[in-house]
Parts: sequence; C-alpha cells; structure tokens
Amino acid sequence: MTSKLQIYLFSFLLIFIAVATMAYKVKYLDFPLFSGEDKSIFNIEAKIKFEGTGENAFISLALNEEQDEMFVYNESASSLNYGYTTAQVDGYKRAEWAKRHIRGTQTIYYSIDVIEDSSYISQKTKKYISSKPLDMNSIMTQATIAIMDDAEINSADDLSMTAKLIEKFAKEEPTQAVGLFKRRYIHSDNDLRNTLVTLLKFKNVQVRRLGVLKLKDGQKNVKLTPMLEIFSKNRWQLFDIHTGKIDRPENLFVWQRGGVSLLDAEGVINSKVSFSISENAISSRRAALLKSSASEISLMDFSLFILPNESQNAFKQLLLIPIGALVVVLLRVLIGVKTSGTFMSVLIAMAFMQTQLIPGLIMFLSVVSLGLIVRSYLSYLNLLLVARISAVLIIVVGIMAVLAVIAFKLGFEDAITITFFPMIILAWTIERMSIVWEEDGAKEVFMQGGGSLIVAVLAYFVMINPIIQFWTFNFPEFLLAVLGVIILVGRYSGYRLSELYRFASMVKKK
Amino acid sequence: MIIFPSELKKLGILGMNARNIDYIGKCNDRKLYPLVDDKLQTKQLATQHGLKTPEFFGAVEYQGQIKNIEDLLPKKSGFVIKPAQGSGGKGILIIHKRENDIFYKPSGESLTLIDIKRHTSNILSGLYSLCGKDDVAIIEKLIEFDEVFDGFSFEGIPDIRIIIYKGYPVMAMIRLSTSMSDGKANLHQGAVGVGIDILTGKAISAVQYDRPIFHHPDTGKELLKLEVPYWEEILYLACGSYDMTNLGYLGADIVLDKYEGPMLLELNARPGLTIQIANSQGIIHRLSMIDEVSVTHENIQQRIDFSLKNFKNNV
Repeated sequence: MTSKLQIYLFSFLLIFIAVATMAYKVKYLDFPLFSGEDKSIFNIEAKIKFEGTGENAFISLALNEEQDEMFVYNESASSLNYGYTTAQVDGYKRAEWAKRHIRGTQTIYYSIDVIEDSSYISQKTKKYISSKPLDMNSIMTQATIAIMDDAEINSADDLSMTAKLIEKFAKEEPTQAVGLFKRRYIHSDNDLRNTLVTLLKFKNVQVRRLGVLKLKDGQKNVKLTPMLEIFSKNRWQLFDIHTGKIDRPENLFVWQRGGVSLLDAEGVINSKVSFSISENAISSRRAALLKSSASEISLMDFSLFILPNESQNAFKQLLLIPIGALVVVLLRVLIGVKTSGTFMSVLIAMAFMQTQLIPGLIMFLSVVSLGLIVRSYLSYLNLLLVARISAVLIIVVGIMAVLAVIAFKLGFEDAITITFFPMIILAWTIERMSIVWEEDGAKEVFMQGGGSLIVAVLAYFVMINPIIQFWTFNFPEFLLAVLGVIILVGRYSGYRLSELYRFASMVKKK
Repeated sequence: MIIFPSELKKLGILGMNARNIDYIGKCNDRKLYPLVDDKLQTKQLATQHGLKTPEFFGAVEYQGQIKNIEDLLPKKSGFVIKPAQGSGGKGILIIHKRENDIFYKPSGESLTLIDIKRHTSNILSGLYSLCGKDDVAIIEKLIEFDEVFDGFSFEGIPDIRIIIYKGYPVMAMIRLSTSMSDGKANLHQGAVGVGIDILTGKAISAVQYDRPIFHHPDTGKELLKLEVPYWEEILYLACGSYDMTNLGYLGADIVLDKYEGPMLLELNARPGLTIQIANSQGIIHRLSMIDEVSVTHENIQQRIDFSLKNFKNNV
C-alpha cells in the first residue's frame, strides 16, 4: 500500500513539476505556449558624425531610458580607438567617448536591439524634473496668457488642456497670439515642442520632453521625433505635438526623456546624430530566449538551446521518442494491443515522420513481405541466428535499393526516403515475424504485425502533432509529465479493453 | 461483444495487468526465474526434491560432446531431444522408435544419427531459443500416451496445467492438442483447454480460442466426460514444485505416462489466464482466500486439504 502511495506521490510530483516549470516559462520568461507566434525585433543604430579639430574630443550621447513594454538588450558601441564608458549624469544614462587630438570626419555607432513585449515593466520610473521657464518679454507674456486662458476655459483638466493647446497650434489659420508664437519662435518641430512645453509650464502643468523613434523597418538617418508627456492622474500621458494625445504608443520607442541634451560634443565641430532602424521577424520563442539570456536567467543556461543548431535538431527527434513510448504503453496496458517487439512501433513511427505516412506504409509493407518470403527460404538452410539475421539484413538492403530504383523510374520520388527506415529494425521485424509465423501461424503474424502498425500509425499522428513537437522541444520538462503518466499507468492493475472481449463468454453463461 | 469491467470484477477474473503487478511481480522473485526457464535446472531440482520427471538420459552442453551423443541415446525406447530454454515447443525432436541406426519420428519419417547430431548442434547454437542464446540439449525418455486420454487428443500428449499459489493448488486444466494446433498443446494455436475440478479431477467445461466448446474438434469426443486419474498424486506433484522453487505464482505442467504415472514436465513463472475461461470461473476469489490463511498450513498435505475443502467448482 505504501509503495502504491509512493507511486502516486512520485508521479503526481513529476507531473506537478512539469506543469509548474512550463507555467513559469510561459508566464515569466514569456515563452509562447504554442508555436507560430512571430515577434519583431528592431535594431536601432545611432550614428554620430563629427569633425575633429585637433583637440581632445569628448562626445556624450543621451541613452534610452527604461520603458514599459519595450525590452532592450544587446547594447553595443562601436568606435575605433575611442575610450568608451557609460555614465549616469544627473540621473540620466549617457554613453561617453573620448579621444585625444582628433582630426577629420569621424563616425561613432551605438546600437541596441528592441523587442516589443507587453509584459515588460521597466525597473524604475524617473521623477519629474522641472526646468526653468523661458524668459519672455511682455508681448509674449500677453500672448501666453491669451492662449493658455482660452485653453484652460475650454478644457476640464491638464490632459484636455494640452490637447486643446496642440489643436490651436495645429490649425491652418491660427489666432493672433498663436501666430505671434509661430512667427517668432517656431521654425522646426523641436521649437514647436519647446514652445508647447513652455506654455504648459506657465499653467504649472507637469510636462517633460521626449525624443521618440518610430519603430519601422528601413528607416535611415532619421532624427528623434519631438513629443511631450503630461503627468496626470498618476501617470504620464504621451502627446504628439501635431495630432495630440497618443493612447496606445505602439511602435514608439522613447530614446530621450526630459530636458537633457541628446548629444554633447566638446572639441569637435559639426557634430550630429541620426538614427537608422531595421526590423527582423523572429519567432516569439527566439524572442523569449533572447530576453532570458539577456536577463541571465540561469534556468536557460542549462537548456537545450545552448546546443549548436545541428544537435538541437537531433534532439527535436529524440525528445519525441518518449511520446511514442507513451502511446505504446497506453495501447498495450490499457487496450491490450499485441505488438511485435516492444518499441519497434515507435521506431517505425519515426521513420514514417521522414517518409510521410502513406508512402511509408507502402514501403514498410513491401519490404517486410518481400523479406518474409526470402526469410522463409533461409529457414530451410538452418542457419545460425546471427548469420541468419545478417543474411536478412543484406536482403533488406537489397530490397530497399531495388524498390527505390523501381519507384524512382516510375516517377515516385518519395521512394527515396525509404532509407529512413532503420534497417536493423526491419531485419529484426522480419526475423521475429517469421519465427511467429512458424510457431504460431499466419493469424498471429497478422495480429502482431497489424497491432504494431496500428500503434506505429497512432504514435506517428501523435508525434507529428505540432503542439506536441513544440512542447517536447521548448518545454523538455513536459517529458517529466510523460514519465509521471507512464509510471502511473505502470501500476494500473485493472482490466485491459481486449480482456473485456476475451472473457465475455464467461459472463454470458451466468 | 464487450462486457463491463465491473462484471469481470464480480466474477473475480484476473486480468493481465493485475496478474503481472499483484501476483507475478509480488510473489515471483526475478532471480528464481532461471530455475523454471531452464528446463535442465528444473529437472535437476525436481530430482533432488524427489519429484518425478521423465527419465533423464543426459544433456549435451558443448558442440564437442555431440560426437559422443550416441552413448546417451537409449537403445530401444523412444526419446526426446529438446532445448533447455526453448519456447513454444520449438526444437523438440521426438523419436518414437529406434531400430539399430535408424530413428523413427511419430510421423514415420526416418532419421539417421547424423540428422540427430545436426539437430542437437542447432539446439546448442541457440537456433530455437528466441533470443539466440547458446543453449543446452536435454535428452529424456518419451512419454507413453495413457489410454485414458484416447480420443481426447489429436497426436500430442495432453498436458495438465495446475496453478500453484503460495504452494496451494488453485485451478487446473488439461490442454488437448488438435489438428489446428498441429499436435501441440498451445492454447493460442488452437489447442483445447478443459477446466478440471480441483476436488475430483473431472472436467468442468472446455474452451478453444477463448470460446466455449463441448466436443473435441477432431475426434468429436465429448470433452466433459474427461476424468484425470491419479488426481491426488498430480496435486501433490504440482504443490511440491512450490517448495522446490519458492515461486509464489506458478504454473506446473504435468503429463501422465502410461507406465510411470504423473510426471512433472516443466514449470512456468508466467502462467496464462485462459485457465479461468476453461474453468468458467475467475481465480481471484481463490487467491485471496489463500492470502488470508497462507501462514497456517505447513506441509503439502495440509495445503491440498485446504484447497479441496474450499475450492469447490461452482458451475
């Protein structure tokens, strides 16, 4: 009884571990539970160009801040012979390059990879940092009051006031006050953004500047798009300076935030920074892997993904064998299907995966039946077992070659995949079948052979199931659950389905 | 037709999984298996324990011994050469009669000494053991067909199978060969199984291919008229095999020789389940009765008495 309890405990523990690990990977490592979900990975490259003047150069670039729903990894700077560090300046992260006596045109690159990840929450959020209001003369103050009072009256809160303000500036025919600002201050998007910020600060709105990149493939030499953010109702709300509120900031990557300058350059002239963005589609599994390896999750250090691609593919096949074994166990213990050889069916199923089902079945049946015919002649020769098996093996090779050639001539190109059948297994199958034929008759051969094929076909259908394939490889711990089930079934002492038929006559009588 | 598991349970029918886990797995120690899987060991053990087996002429272990095989063969009587680890009756050479250097099979086919040597050589090299292991050839006396079984069997000699659980005889049947089974007493090849009352040695019901049958398919003889003689002695022989092997769940195969009476032919550590169909009853009730009392009976006679008292056939 205790041993039975142990079995239950053990197998349920295995199943629990498997499910828990899978759940962890899905929930926290963002592994997709099903395949086929693709994600985009964006490479953002900042190119800094400048000309050296022979003095010591010091270049400082504001770096991207942590951002919700954007997972950043793979930060790298490439610059020839520059001293490179990253530093925190006034709470902002900056990349800094330094070199003595620079001459001529220089280029420095800094690149990051970004994955959009709705579950990613940034570690820290910056406090609002206020900067000093701009100096304005009295005419401008008059205009400011005119604009902002109107905006305030026609709005309910800071958010709607900001929206109203942006709308005023976006109009083709602006009011007099707005026109004054436009003429005097606004010559670029940056100016427009800065003016908006200044005006909003006049009404004590908590506002900060943003430099934003639109994540779109194939963008070259783009500048940061100026935007602004309003702090309201305990969160920051993003605004486009032309169109207003942005509710769902999709594909928007904030590079620069707050009043800090994007690029500081000392000792050089004509410095400028531009960005290029390229997009690659990767499976979400790969995305999850990238993320987990970037976060140095030790669980992944011992996963199959650290293997070279080639061995990974081999393991994809190997990891399916336990699934086949499970099918065999279920069919034999619960149903009572007679098979020839315990796991021959699984190996045949593996071969079917390479050859496709129908061509595989045809090839298997023709090789085995031809083999049986030849084998029946061999049994007259009374050979010893090893010699006999070897003879059958050679004949199997021959039959396979002949079948492949004939089928190819006839135009069935599938036939070439016949080589995927494990020859040794075929030879043993033929040997066993012929022994069964001699000892127990043809009926038993068809029972066992048919049973093996049914199991093989079922195992094949389970093993080609994309979900099963995806799980066994991406969640190898899934196999622990399979192990648990097999152990449970191993202690099943109830009747087999076939016995309900076998013993039927005993009940009828009563 | 299929029936509900609950009905099988009610009848106390033992299924394959339960047999493997609850009985063979629990009672039969793996290291004891060679005692029954190797017929030579079984035979030697039986002789030590005073259980009668077919007269032993000798065993051939090495190819080199084959050239002297003639010394082992009896001059007049029939004999059998069989592999010690053969399965399913394969590789058994039956010599019915010998006249000088000519050996006759029951079919009348004649063989020379060279044929016999070749057959023995094949046995030694593992031709008849399924996994191809090197084997030993046993030479023993041919069983003489007892007339009580006249008409009950086609060609082969009937073989009595008794299930012995912890030393108690539990259930018995006799296996009769048919033309379908090719003279072999293998049930799945079409031999007839006749359930035998533990109390009396009389037939209860019969089965072929797991379905009830009343007349022998070849001879037409009414199977329920069958009665096994020397029944008490047979039970004794079968129960003794438990004391000799210590295997808790055992099938003892016993044959009747016309002159020598019951003899232990071989033992099986994984006896089949068809015996329940042949007896028209499940075996579990009997097994659990034994589980309740098994400590109290010490010798074979007490155990047999318990079975005789409790295992009345209730058909």
